[in-house]
Amino acid sequence: MHPILFIVFVPLLAAAIAGLGNKALGKIPAKVITTGGLFLSCALSWPIFLSFLGGHAEPSVTPVLNWVQSGGLQFNWELRVDTLTAVMLVVITSVSSLVHLYSWGYMDEEPDQPRFFAYLSLFTFAMLMLVTANNLVQMFFGWEGVGLASYLLIGFWFRKPSAGAAAIKAFVVNRVGDLGFMMGIFGVFLVFKTVSIPEILAHAHDYAGSTIGFLGYRVDTLTVLCLLLFIGAMGKSAQLGLHTWLPDAMEGPTPVSALIHAATMVTAGVFMVCRLSPLFVESETALHVVTFVGAATCFFAATIGTTQWDIKRVIAYSTCSQLGYMFFAAGVGAFGPAMFHLFTHAFFKALLFLGAGSVIHAMHHEQDMRYYGGLWKKIPWTFAAMMAGTLAITGVGLEEIGGFAGFYSKDAIIEAAYAKGTGLGHFAAWMGIIAALLTSFYSWRLVFLTFFGKPRWNQSEHIQHAVHDAHGHDDHGHDHAHGHDDHHAHGHKHDDDGTAGYHPHESPLVMMIPLAILSFGAVFAGAIFHHAFTGIEGAPEFWRGALVFNHELAEAAEHLPESIKLAPFIVMLIGAITAWVCYLKVPSIPAAFVKAFKPLHTFVYNKWFFDELYDFLFVRTAFALGKIFWKSDKAVIDGLGPDGAAWVVAKGSVGARKVQSGFLTSYALWMLVGLVAAVTWVLKH
Amino acid sequence: MNGFPILSLMLAVPLVAAIACLFADAKGARWVALAATLVDFVLGIILWTHFEVGGAQWQFQESVPLFAGFKWALGIDGIALTLIGLSVLLMPICIGASWHAIEKRVPEYMAAFLLIETLMIGVFTAQDIFLFYIMFEAGLIPMYLIIGIWGGADRIYASYKFFLYTLLGSVLMLIAMMWMVNEAGTTDVPTLMAYNFPVAAQKWLWLAFFASFAVKMPMWPVHTWLPDAHVQAPTAGSVILAGVLLKMGGYGFIRFSLPMFPEASAYFAPLIWGLSIVAVVYTSLVALVQTDMKKLIAYSSVAHMAIVTVGLFAFNQQGLEGSIAVMLAHGLVSGALFLCVGVIYDRLHTREIARYGGLSINMPKYSLFFMFFTMASVGLPGTANFVGEFLSLAGIYQASSWIALISTTGIILGAAYMLYLYRRVAFGEQKNADAAAMPDIDAREWLLLAPLAALTLWMGVYPETFMAPVHADVAHLDARLAQAKPKGDAQVTAGHPEAKAEEAHAQGSAE
Repeated sequence: MHPILFIVFVPLLAAAIAGLGNKALGKIPAKVITTGGLFLSCALSWPIFLSFLGGHAEPSVTPVLNWVQSGGLQFNWELRVDTLTAVMLVVITSVSSLVHLYSWGYMDEEPDQPRFFAYLSLFTFAMLMLVTANNLVQMFFGWEGVGLASYLLIGFWFRKPSAGAAAIKAFVVNRVGDLGFMMGIFGVFLVFKTVSIPEILAHAHDYAGSTIGFLGYRVDTLTVLCLLLFIGAMGKSAQLGLHTWLPDAMEGPTPVSALIHAATMVTAGVFMVCRLSPLFVESETALHVVTFVGAATCFFAATIGTTQWDIKRVIAYSTCSQLGYMFFAAGVGAFGPAMFHLFTHAFFKALLFLGAGSVIHAMHHEQDMRYYGGLWKKIPWTFAAMMAGTLAITGVGLEEIGGFAGFYSKDAIIEAAYAKGTGLGHFAAWMGIIAALLTSFYSWRLVFLTFFGKPRWNQSEHIQHAVHDAHGHDDHGHDHAHGHDDHHAHGHKHDDDGTAGYHPHESPLVMMIPLAILSFGAVFAGAIFHHAFTGIEGAPEFWRGALVFNHELAEAAEHLPESIKLAPFIVMLIGAITAWVCYLKVPSIPAAFVKAFKPLHTFVYNKWFFDELYDFLFVRTAFALGKIFWKSDKAVIDGLGPDGAAWVVAKGSVGARKVQSGFLTSYALWMLVGLVAAVTWVLKH
Repeated sequence: MNGFPILSLMLAVPLVAAIACLFADAKGARWVALAATLVDFVLGIILWTHFEVGGAQWQFQESVPLFAGFKWALGIDGIALTLIGLSVLLMPICIGASWHAIEKRVPEYMAAFLLIETLMIGVFTAQDIFLFYIMFEAGLIPMYLIIGIWGGADRIYASYKFFLYTLLGSVLMLIAMMWMVNEAGTTDVPTLMAYNFPVAAQKWLWLAFFASFAVKMPMWPVHTWLPDAHVQAPTAGSVILAGVLLKMGGYGFIRFSLPMFPEASAYFAPLIWGLSIVAVVYTSLVALVQTDMKKLIAYSSVAHMAIVTVGLFAFNQQGLEGSIAVMLAHGLVSGALFLCVGVIYDRLHTREIARYGGLSINMPKYSLFFMFFTMASVGLPGTANFVGEFLSLAGIYQASSWIALISTTGIILGAAYMLYLYRRVAFGEQKNADAAAMPDIDAREWLLLAPLAALTLWMGVYPETFMAPVHADVAHLDARLAQAKPKGDAQVTAGHPEAKAEEAHAQGSAE
């Protein structure tokens, strides 16, 4: 039996046992089964990845079960393993198993733990089905499966109204993308007569330049197919326009944000575009759209990230922005760098989220950075981990010396975009550079606000709560299982130093181990793997056709002017220094800036008013139309139909009353008699 | 099975039991009804296992001439088999759901239900067109009684509306049937299915049948009887109404309209498409604003049935098979959703969504089932509904991308109204003390829901078990329709890979 069967189905089995067993099973067994299952999957995944890295593994497809056969449309349950899948396997199982472990500590006082761990494992199963899919419909299965798990986990604290709302929003907005994905699959079947991914990719070139009728227009076949599929990718990967669900998804517990809304699920769109790269490269228009959307998202989300106060929301917008990098990389044809950034991002972004979780844990579930400050001495290990993550995401490094993970992948993307040489490529590269500046700014802003400066904890309601009401557990839906309240409160005399007498504690070991491992990844993953993922010699050997590796582009990226190569590094320094000046040196600047540019700040702080716009355009409109239609059912349709008829009948005769007063059974008899007579007459003539 | 009249037996068992019920007391009637429906379920399984996939189109045929040209002619193909399977599965569940909920005139209630079973199976087995008509129309009467006697406060209005609507269509259908029999000289359904009626006549005949099937389906705008009927009907009545009676319209299209009038079907296909896409959007939006659980699910049924009609009139194998799969899946899932509503209605005696909330806390098992069926109704892959919806929509895309696009918006709207319902019922704080005090589902309720959940999942993961019998019949129908098939709007022109390759080559050498 191929190990992939265990990798994929052990998490499902664990989820089923923990979820159905639930309270009867108990917390500890549920946690042991799910976490153990994931570590098993992870242990089996790394050898597969390493064998592809070593260049001595062949792509394989393991059949599981037939699924649907309908005339020419056939697709089955199959598990495909090639380089692209292998990369995703290690990302998913590594982050997932670490998140499982971390949750032992983070969710420690949550009464409903089996359900939580079951959802985590269910998510992992669905994600693995997505990346092992050999046909588009199984990919869609995984796609919707992760959507379900995401919905359940965002709504995990279902008592909170905001969690319920965020869960629905995530599911429904994703469904808008899924509409595109489904239409794309239908179109692919119509054109290629199959939904098998390898067959589609093999024949993609045959349809280059052909046209197809779509919504009454004649359009380029592959462009319309790619764009429909890309709408699906935009939904799942929270790209501009369909991004609104991702920040709200932070209602879920923080380990969920790390696993689903940073490292894995949201990268599914990037994975899809890379998986279908031979299809996408046949349509220039589609790639232009991908580039533009990616670059725009990259910039747009970064601007919002600079203004938010909630630590998780900053990281959420950062995720959105980083996904934009991956997309415009794919758009310019640099699929290797796109996947490489996906890979490194998974480590450092999971690290940042879990680190933020550790901060939130220490600060008695306060998430507002305005009430943090001076934490580095109190939680030094968390601080170290967050530093590793920040150095990685801001792309610290120099070509001659080396650098952190994000340096290799982000610079490879910006260089590839610039090397593309087209106007759009340059636009994307500049957007990427500006976003790198903003990334550096908001990342250091986060670090400075959280770990440096004077403590500002006394302004936080959560901290006040912890200190004054140490044993009052009324905070059921808060993002966090209640911390060590009894240790925290030590009198009220230190109010003047900003601490309110509160003593944050470092998180337990089960939470620190995942942070340590991810820190290792954030520091070294770039240096170790960049050759295989993006190197001119290494990459073709590594990918071996699992995605399109554009050799000329990689070559051109090598020979860019030094200024372009240095630009990301320089803007990174500018961003960091600006953050230092604004938040440590002269803390009055941000307020003055906000005052001076009030409209701009309002616009950005309110996330460019997307939520308000969509609420007005879609949500309110849908409800209003629903009410109108409902009324018309009663007034128009029934009025002209049965009610009108009843009125006529009631006016005209008393027969209707008979019908209503129980003589109805005789209808059967009369019907039969009449029928016999009529039929006899017909047959006689 | 050779020559053994199993179909007649399946019709006779509930009929005899219905008569027996009338002479029993309440308790006796419950047990008689349960036993009879279980016997029919076992017979259904025997029927399924003895059905020869890939064998003759019509199997288990019986024919006995009666008086005046009537024939007792029964027989099934794979399509009928699947719907019979659905009927005999849902019946014992309906009896179980009525166990404690019905306390008034129990023997008559059980008799009515058993009579419905006989008539449902009769509809799906009849091979004589007039026998079909009798079964099809007579099915109204027990349903009318169930709503009118055991229904809610507004039951008289609802049952009257239900009756008036469905009767109207059937008169026209009867006239059309008589004309057809006169023209073709036979009442035999398989013969009529292969008979080529003149195209001009087809159109009138098609419209006459359409009047009946559209109401039964129900299609927009003749759907307004359904929400009222559901709201007033007892739980089991809703289950059988949504689960099987709505499928009679779809079955009618497959058995009569499409094969008997292929040209007219193609001619009127845009009408069906138009009404269907209106239904998807309109009824989904109406579902979104409902405050009554049963009405919400009733409106969602109309939207789901619209996916059936677009699939049927896609004129290809995927569309037809998808429609059959949606019918089966909807039978399982909407039946289960009505059971879910019934579970909490039995406890609190209200269908008002706002009266519930936070049920995940005190009813975790119930919430799990409800979540599962909600997700199935939304068409999550891995559930039966996805298989059906996916195939139907893939089918219609080949005929029209516009219709496919608008029909597919159903997946967004469906998610919105179902999850909004679920949130209001199961999420949030327990704001109503009486709802918070409700106990979780008991063993009886678990037994009603678990088989439906298992089958929904089974059909989602391995639909071949259920779809294998229909492939050949759908292929027959598809071949029959081929002569009239409308041209799709998505004609692909040949690509120019060579031109592109040359272009690339030219660029390469230029560099």
